[in-house]
Amino acid sequence: MSLAGLARDAGDAGDYFIPYPDQVLENVLENVLVFLKSRRDRNAVSLVCKSWYRAEAYTRSEVFIGNCYAVAPRRVTKRFARVRSVTVKGKPRFADFSLLPQDWGAHFTPWVAVMATAYRALEKIHLKRMSVTDDDLAVVAHSFPNFKELVLVCCEGFGTGGLAVVVSECRHLRVLELIEDEVFDDEVDWISCFPSDGPSNLESLSFDCVESPINFESLEKLVARSPLLKKLRLNRHVSVQLLYRLLIRAPQLTHLGTGSFSPLEESNNENTRETDYVSAFAACRSIVGLSGFREIAPEYLPAIIPVCANLTSLNLSYANIDAEQLKPVIRHCHKLQVFWVLDSICDEGLQAVAATCKDLRELRVFPIDGAENAEGPVSEVGLLAISLGCRKLQSILYFCQQMTNAAVVAMSKNCPDLVVFRLCIIGRYRPDHVTGEPMDEGFGAIVKNCKKLTRLAVSGLLTDMAFSYIGQYGKLVRTLSVAFAGDSDIGLKYVLEGCTNLQKLEIRDSPFGDSALRSGLHHFSNMRFVWMSSCQVTQEGCLDVARQLPRLVVEVFRRDEEEGGQRGDFVDTLYMYRSLDGPRADAPLFVKIL
Amino acid sequence: MMHLKETELCLGLPGGGSETADTSLKVTGKRGYSQTVDLMLNLQTNDQSSSSADDKNSAANNNKDVIKPPAKAQVVGWPPVRNYRKNAMAQKGSGNDEKVAAAAFVKVSMDGAPYLRKVDLKLYESYQQLSDALAKMFSSFTMGDYGSQGMIDFMNEGKLMNLLNSSEYVPSYEDKDGDWMLVGDVPWQMFVDSCKRLRIMKGSDAIGLAPRAMEKCKNRC
Repeated sequence: MSLAGLARDAGDAGDYFIPYPDQVLENVLENVLVFLKSRRDRNAVSLVCKSWYRAEAYTRSEVFIGNCYAVAPRRVTKRFARVRSVTVKGKPRFADFSLLPQDWGAHFTPWVAVMATAYRALEKIHLKRMSVTDDDLAVVAHSFPNFKELVLVCCEGFGTGGLAVVVSECRHLRVLELIEDEVFDDEVDWISCFPSDGPSNLESLSFDCVESPINFESLEKLVARSPLLKKLRLNRHVSVQLLYRLLIRAPQLTHLGTGSFSPLEESNNENTRETDYVSAFAACRSIVGLSGFREIAPEYLPAIIPVCANLTSLNLSYANIDAEQLKPVIRHCHKLQVFWVLDSICDEGLQAVAATCKDLRELRVFPIDGAENAEGPVSEVGLLAISLGCRKLQSILYFCQQMTNAAVVAMSKNCPDLVVFRLCIIGRYRPDHVTGEPMDEGFGAIVKNCKKLTRLAVSGLLTDMAFSYIGQYGKLVRTLSVAFAGDSDIGLKYVLEGCTNLQKLEIRDSPFGDSALRSGLHHFSNMRFVWMSSCQVTQEGCLDVARQLPRLVVEVFRRDEEEGGQRGDFVDTLYMYRSLDGPRADAPLFVKIL
Repeated sequence: MMHLKETELCLGLPGGGSETADTSLKVTGKRGYSQTVDLMLNLQTNDQSSSSADDKNSAANNNKDVIKPPAKAQVVGWPPVRNYRKNAMAQKGSGNDEKVAAAAFVKVSMDGAPYLRKVDLKLYESYQQLSDALAKMFSSFTMGDYGSQGMIDFMNEGKLMNLLNSSEYVPSYEDKDGDWMLVGDVPWQMFVDSCKRLRIMKGSDAIGLAPRAMEKCKNRC
């Protein structure tokens, strides 16, 4: 019913009579809010008044849960009734580096159990660092008739058996992306379980992390009957010869993960030499993203040259290649925006990147060798070259053995758009190798000059001075990672008192104790989590925080799962986070919740 | 406290590299590789580097004594490279010229199988163990008889020809010289040092390799 119609009904009263004004407002609002996608905006809308809260809850179709223990599943489904997409994140990031005990938690089971009845129209599930079982996957497959997208990042607990159930029963599946998961080899031929009647809806299939071999014939047939397939990321069991067969069937691909990128056999294969990989790539005019190269035979790399001019994303971070092997390829990549690579390319390789990739936004340089050595293949030379050549850089992750303040300062000035700056000097406590000074000034310059910085990871020899800079200038910093740094409690105090937007704080092996912890009491409830391991906080200090902030869940444990959580006088690991529903019921015995 | 033996650099699948008699490939329950390589990509700091670092540290070394680990101790989770990536890199067995080769990864292909596997020869102590592992990987493959010492008796032409005339699969390998040889012609350790890759082929296809193998064996022994 329209407002005009209502006014007419009121006759010539000269007054607008609108029955149930709140209802009308809510209807209008709902129609508007459907277009509002941003989480932050929606959260703001929901705070205006009860009516807006209801309207917003009714129209939110994508729910994001940043910490699976911050809220109980039922609370979510009660508030948001008409959800099509759910994202849940579980374990803290340091779990990736074996700092979290095996059975700590982050189980998907309670979530899927509740959603199975509450969200019958669910289409998309995106999980990060969750423990997912085959049974959970079976529930997904059976409960959501419209299910379209499954994205699992850094998850574990499931196997190829679970995958088989999903792909065979989710008939509308468009996206299946497995990214850096640990997948058990149940020796199930899951690729053959995709329905084989008629064309498939598949748009994206990523299984590069699945360590078990794949039935290639089935995969080839699947690709052949998937006309909408745009993203295909193969695992390392697919040789370059097999890749060729897929490429010629799917020239419409936009993103390709190449598998091993080496031949199955080198001997007695003249026909391999004749295979025209270059033409196969040339026929793929739409490719903008390349990854894989898991066991690269470097002589095959030039085959990708035909697609380089269009590439916006190139991930060579599993490819052990040197500068000479990189150069013929990278010099064509003028449009490259995202580049991941191994430090085997050396400073010289980075100079080649800087010379060509003027549009680069994100760079990640991973170490081929994690040992703490005096010298490494990349250094301040490479960092400086990148800063001079790639002025639009927004995000950098750089592993190296040695660094200078000068280079970091230069980057802070040359790349003012930096949002993410993560420098990992592998040698712990290593100072500026030219001046012998701590790395304080370099990181200080970053927080001072990069006005958009929201994420920072520090390393090298750092005194409390570095943290004073971070607290003073890092007003937009939301995520801070600290390891083997600082002198005393004052360092952490600077950060907790200064970084007003801090959301995620992860610290390991640094001399911060109870006094520093106390200085954050005003802010912890505004944060997603705080992680402190091998620091100097005591049980009493943690108890103190737990008592003063009842809405905070304060977990204390030991990495080796010994009960009690103490290592000598100090707590081994402290992990605390805000929660609407109190301490979790599924904490294992070795986790103490204060 | 850590024992130094346990801190030795090694790359490999779970259960690998130990000194114990039982070095058969174990899959330690659910966590196939996550427990292993977190200790791997790690410190064998050469003495020069750690001492120079210490000199520069002494100035700023106030409360660090409590936390700073001894130079050669393990540091779990450092550098912060995801376990997934560490495992993937470890499987390459490539890169550094270590004085002591930490692992000996070789590619294994089997005629007729659509995929390539990799195996770390250092995990095994005999041909029999290797044979068992390969049998698990390529389940349709049954290896010929390796005799009591675990080596093909190359001196016995009759036995050898029987093996090669069967339809059973026989592993062959490419050695340092680029020659394709039958697996089992040399003592185990020599094999591990010289094997570059493995190919499992039908006995009948391998017949051509026999004469060369016997020739080389005679020259070596």
